[in-house]
Amino acid sequence: MPDYKARPPLSYYRTALPGVDYSELQGKLIVVEGPDAVGRSTQIRGLKPWLEELGHAVLDTGMARSALAGKGIKEAKQGNTLGPVTMTMYYLTDFADRLENEIIPALRAGVVVLTDRYIYSVMARAIARGENRAWMERTAGFALVPHATFYLRAEVQHLVSRVVVGRGAFDYWESGLDNGFGRNMHDSFVRYQSRLIRVFDSLADPYGFEVIDATRPPVEVFESLKTSVSRIFETPDKPRIVPPRKSAQRSHPVPTLRTASSRRE
Amino acid sequence: MVEGIDGSGKSTQIALLSQWLRLRGYAVAFSEWNSSPLVKETTRRGKKKEMFTPTSFSLIHATDFADRMERYILPLLKAGAVVCADRYAYTAFARDVVRGVDRAWVRNLYRFALKPDLAFYFKVPLETALGRILGGRNALKYYEAGMDLGLSRNIEESFRIFQGRILAEYEAMIEEMGFHVIDATKSIESQQKEMRRIVLREFGTVRAPGVLGVDLNAARLHA
Repeated sequence: MPDYKARPPLSYYRTALPGVDYSELQGKLIVVEGPDAVGRSTQIRGLKPWLEELGHAVLDTGMARSALAGKGIKEAKQGNTLGPVTMTMYYLTDFADRLENEIIPALRAGVVVLTDRYIYSVMARAIARGENRAWMERTAGFALVPHATFYLRAEVQHLVSRVVVGRGAFDYWESGLDNGFGRNMHDSFVRYQSRLIRVFDSLADPYGFEVIDATRPPVEVFESLKTSVSRIFETPDKPRIVPPRKSAQRSHPVPTLRTASSRRE
Repeated sequence: MVEGIDGSGKSTQIALLSQWLRLRGYAVAFSEWNSSPLVKETTRRGKKKEMFTPTSFSLIHATDFADRMERYILPLLKAGAVVCADRYAYTAFARDVVRGVDRAWVRNLYRFALKPDLAFYFKVPLETALGRILGGRNALKYYEAGMDLGLSRNIEESFRIFQGRILAEYEAMIEEMGFHVIDATKSIESQQKEMRRIVLREFGTVRAPGVLGVDLNAARLHA
C-alpha cells in the first residue's frame, strides 16, 4: 500500500509547465484508474456525494471532457482513421487543457479533484498499441503527482461479462479494433484489454497505484475506496524540501517526485 | 521540407520545387503545417476564444502533425512518393520553446516524426521578413503575433519581438539539424536554382522517377 505520508505536496513528475504556478495547491488530487468496463464511473458516482457529505468541495473530471478538445476527440472517434499517435496526442491536448484550466485552479482553491482516468490511461493505451514506453513517460511528465491513484483491477473475463451484461455490445475503441487485435469484437476486446491490464500492472509500482480488487460486488469496492480515501485526509501535508536536480532527473527511467517548494527556476 | 520564419519565402520556393519534381516524373505530395482536418475545429475553437496555453498550443500542433504523419506522409513515402512539407517539427522546436515550453520535452514529443531526407532553411534578416509580412498582408492574428506571450500591447511590436526570438532559435538549430541553408535575400529564381542543385546532388540524377529510395527504417528524428 502506498505510504501517503511520504508524498510531497502536489508537483509534477518531470517537466514544469510554462506559466503555471505550482505553489499553494491545497486541494487533493485523487485518481481512479483501470481498464474499460471495470466500474470506475460507478464508484466515482458514489464517491462524489460521499465526499461532499463530509464537507469537501469536489470537482469530478475525466478524459475527453475538456472545453478545448473534448468535442474534437469525440468527433475524431466517429471516423475510423484516427492513428495511435494522433489519438495519444489528442488525449494529451485534452489532458493539458483540463490540467491547466480546471484541475490546477480547483486545487489552488482547496477543492478535492476526483478524476476518472488520468495520464496513465493515455500512456497505457499508447503502450498497448506498441508505442515506446520511455517516450510516453517523458511526454506525460508534465502531469501532477496525485495524492492517490486507485487502480480498479479485474481480469479480462470479468470485464467481458460486465460488457455483455451491462452494455450488451462491444465498443469499437474499447476492443482496440483500430489496431486489429482480433478477428471479431470479442477476440479483439479480450486481447486488447489483456494487454492494457498488463500495462496498468507494470505502471502500478513505479507510479504508486493502490490496487483495488474490482471483481468484488460494487458495494464492497466502494467500502475499500472509502477507507483508503479517508486516509488521505488524515495525513496533513508536510512539505519536504527536495532540491531540483535537473541533470540527474533526466537519466532516471522511473518518475521522480518533486515538491511544490522546488519551483521551476 | 522547408523551414524559416514568416516572410522568408519558403512557401513560394517549396511550391516551385514540387512543381519541378512533378514535371520530372516524380509522384509528389504536399503537406502543410497545421492543415489536418481532424483538429481543425479544435484549433479554431482554441484560437477564437484564446483558450490556448503554451502547452496545449504545442500539443494541438503535435496532434495535427501526428495525423498528417500517420494518415498521409508515411503511407505516401512507403508508396515511393516525394513528400514536400511546408514546415516540419522544427517549427515546433523554435516556436514552442519561445513560448516557454521545455526544450527537451518538445523534442521528445516529436520523436514519432521521420527524419527528413532534405531540410532547407530559409535564412533571412528579421527586417527583410517583417517588411514582406507587414507590407503585403492583412491584419496580424493573435497567436501568430505571439500576443499570448504579453511581449507588447502593440500587435506589430509583439510580432517583431516574437519573430526575432524564433529566428534566434532557428539559427541555433542549423548545424544540429543539418539544414541546407538558402540565402532568402536573393532573387526567387536564384534561390530555386540553388534548391534544385541540392536536390540533384543529394538524390542523384539517375534514380527512377517515382521512387526516391526512402529508407523508412532509418533513424527517426532524435531517436
